[in-house]
Amino acid sequence: MWGAGHAVCLGPDIDTDMVIAGRYLRTKDHSVWVSHVFEDLDPALAGQLNGAVIVAGKNFGCGSSREQAAIALREAGVAAVIAPSFARIFFRNAINVGLPVIECTISCIEGEKVRFDLAAGWVEAAGNHYPIRPLSPRMREILTTGGLVNYWRGHR
Amino acid sequence: MSTLSERILGASAGEYVERKVDRAYVHDGTGVLTLEMWKQMGAELLSDLPQLYVLFDHIVPANNSTTATLQHELREFACGSFLHFSDIGGGICHQLMSEGVVLPGEVVVGADSHSCTLGAFGAFATGVGATDMAAIWLTGETWFRVPDSIGIHLSGSLRGGAEAKDLALSYVSRLTMDGGTYCALEFIGDGVKTLPMDDRLTLCNLSVETGAKTGMFYADDVTVRYLAAAGQKVRPQVPEPCTYSRELEFDLAEIVPLVAVSPRVDKVKPVQDLAGLSLDQVFIGTCTNGRYSDIARFAKIVKGKKVAVRTIVVPASRAVLAEAIRTGVLGDLVGAGCTIGSPGCGPCLGAHMGVLGEGEVCLSTANRNFKNRMGVGGEIYLSSVATAAASALAGEITEPEVD
Ligand code: SF4
Repeated sequence: MWGAGHAVCLGPDIDTDMVIAGRYLRTKDHSVWVSHVFEDLDPALAGQLNGAVIVAGKNFGCGSSREQAAIALREAGVAAVIAPSFARIFFRNAINVGLPVIECTISCIEGEKVRFDLAAGWVEAAGNHYPIRPLSPRMREILTTGGLVNYWRGHR
Repeated sequence: MSTLSERILGASAGEYVERKVDRAYVHDGTGVLTLEMWKQMGAELLSDLPQLYVLFDHIVPANNSTTATLQHELREFACGSFLHFSDIGGGICHQLMSEGVVLPGEVVVGADSHSCTLGAFGAFATGVGATDMAAIWLTGETWFRVPDSIGIHLSGSLRGGAEAKDLALSYVSRLTMDGGTYCALEFIGDGVKTLPMDDRLTLCNLSVETGAKTGMFYADDVTVRYLAAAGQKVRPQVPEPCTYSRELEFDLAEIVPLVAVSPRVDKVKPVQDLAGLSLDQVFIGTCTNGRYSDIARFAKIVKGKKVAVRTIVVPASRAVLAEAIRTGVLGDLVGAGCTIGSPGCGPCLGAHMGVLGEGEVCLSTANRNFKNRMGVGGEIYLSSVATAAASALAGEITEPEVD
């Protein structure tokens, strides 16, 4: 699992209400979540996410268990989210919907290219190379099959 | 020599385990996505796990036809598949699971972050997302990383105007919004026996606000008696010496009434420091403080007086509402000018029944005060029931009287 994108820098403790507000949850239409992603944080962000690597502060995805937050980011074209730490439900959800999440502290320069390789275990940003702890084999398998839905489809 | 999580999950902290789940529940919000993911997995049959629950609480009764249509589909599925089902007005999922359902030692998973509430019974209870839940519907199992545990030692007993909620806000502010990440909180020490089940549920409820996987109490005589009253016979769990990754200590006698300041649950101040802050709304309810004891305590303070600000009271379940009717508490609330909502989450998630307007300030007994949660531009302050009652009467943040 590898990829790259332009960095979008965000602060710490971004909660899932902030990623997608509760008022947009009552639908199955993923495009609704994509168009309102991060609306309460900064409405301009939605337009910058395609091909982005989000580099956030600690505790990304805290709060509500809403999986729509992870789906919205994936559908908006986010290649990966990098943060020093994640709220655990968001972390699981992201892997389950096939969105790479990487626990790593890196310095973020807005718009700079960020590259990552999960299998090899590194992130590269602004000429710096950061080693990362590999995901558990189970998580890597879920991620490489494109999420838990595909994983279980394949196992039945 | 293990923590309660290690004992229940049968492995040491840091290990990954596959575990059969004893009970799994969703609500109307997360259930819709769970059902969709389950179908996408190509599933036709549910696992043989008998204890699957669909409990409608988030937006009930439905606020518009889109919601109603989504709920209709889930309701049909739940009833058609013989899942345990609770329709509108039944109550908040965590509350229903606490009314004699969840038992000590069980592994309980809810598709809601506040599923950690049920750790109060000495169960390993935690929240997952919809796709994880869909896989549980399919297989009856899920994986966990056995958490490290943080020991929260309690001594003494609460006094003055302080409540378990104030203790909860104290530990959240000490640990901060991510200080408990990936860990389980274990509430231990002599002070525990002074806390009734309702208080323990409140304390475990806020554990996720520190990032924790769950909050837990060992089942003791209080648990045994509470569950006996609900028709369940259980045994206490005896704590063993074990290693905590971190330990905090609280003398309950030193806890004072607190408020969490918008928009962070860990930004906690004594009520005194915010006294006089003008309010537009007071909200009593939620999975944190919507139990009968909470509603009765609120009613006792406002009885025979009039609230000075719009005040919404939402019982956490039908049983709570029924008890409030039986004891006359409901009449006291209505007499004091409160508005009563039907059992469920009410305005907690900002979808209906008390959404805030731009610039409005609400004092709530809930667990989250994120920016815009109860309405765009609205601010939420969190407090205990007694502080909410004193403040509702004054129309501004006010210290509760010591009884
Ligand atoms: S009452 Fe509020 S916090 Fe509790 S489950 Fe409902 S929406 Fe979530």
